[in-house]
Amino acid sequence: MALDATQVDQKALFDWLCRMGDNALILGHRTSEWCGHGPVLEEDIALANTALDLIGHTQMWLGLAGEVEGAGRTADNLAYLRDAMQFRNVKLVELPNGDIGQTIMREFLFDAFHFEMLTALVASADARVAEIAAKALKEVAYQFDRSSDLVVRLGDGTAESHDRMQAALEHFWPYTGEMFVADAVDEAMAQAGIAPALSEIESRWDTLVSETLAEATLVCPERRADVHTGGKQGRHTEHLGYILAEMQFLQRAYPGAEW
Amino acid sequence: MSKKEWPLWEIFIRGQHGLNHRHVGSLHAPDAEMAINHARDVYTRRKEGVSIWVVPSSEITASSPSDKGPLFDPAESKVYRHPTFFDIPDEVGHM
Repeated sequence: MALDATQVDQKALFDWLCRMGDNALILGHRTSEWCGHGPVLEEDIALANTALDLIGHTQMWLGLAGEVEGAGRTADNLAYLRDAMQFRNVKLVELPNGDIGQTIMREFLFDAFHFEMLTALVASADARVAEIAAKALKEVAYQFDRSSDLVVRLGDGTAESHDRMQAALEHFWPYTGEMFVADAVDEAMAQAGIAPALSEIESRWDTLVSETLAEATLVCPERRADVHTGGKQGRHTEHLGYILAEMQFLQRAYPGAEW
Repeated sequence: MSKKEWPLWEIFIRGQHGLNHRHVGSLHAPDAEMAINHARDVYTRRKEGVSIWVVPSSEITASSPSDKGPLFDPAESKVYRHPTFFDIPDEVGHM
């Protein structure tokens, strides 16, 4: 029996909104690192567009998180003035880009999750969450089309591109499980009807990902229990600190700077 | 590894229903499907279009600049070919 969405623990809701916002922010920042470095002009622009879309989602999720928290923090405050331990993104999105194949593979693995998650959130019991999801879903549907198309092209491409994509898949695979490991926050959201149960998203993700990987002639590694977790609770890899150093430098050095 | 250039595509975008597709530029892509994706990313970020056409640049036959005279000069000083000598009633509105 679902509880009333307004009865949900506001601290848990804040945490959950930070997870949504931080996933988009950190992957958006990683993707933006390609700006000016893409392998061809057209991919460079496509990646920059993806980064901008994700940072747009961040603004909406963290904006709502600040509102729910009720302590006067804005989306900018949350993005630029929290330390690594307060970030709630999964580890998958903070790992370094690697080559373009790795970048596309990671985006694909996350996009499939993001797409299924947002599709479910459109029916959220919290109207504010449903509204953000509906807006973001339009962009993420295209991002997923693009990244899955590229995974197929590169996986089923030359021997070199196939081997690189298989290696990329194996590199990121142990980090995918974290997206589906539910903790008390995820359970509270599912109970209140704000977010879907992660087990549901996991089975849809499995179908979506294995279909694309089969088409890409890539071999899906076994799902294992010893996945890398902790990001959602604020325990990150060393890489996040470097991202924040670059991303937050200006606001830390010149507090309140605007341009 | 050999460096292969992707072929060039000419991009046409229709801005609104009822208007014609217009040439907006060109870009590189390995095939037509990716040319459409690239065109979407490069040319329609600001809601510029409702439809995209992509055409391999190599399929376009262009008139030669040296033929400019014979092709276009005969139309010079023939103002009567413009339909500007009709009085259009106000009720017709914009034409």
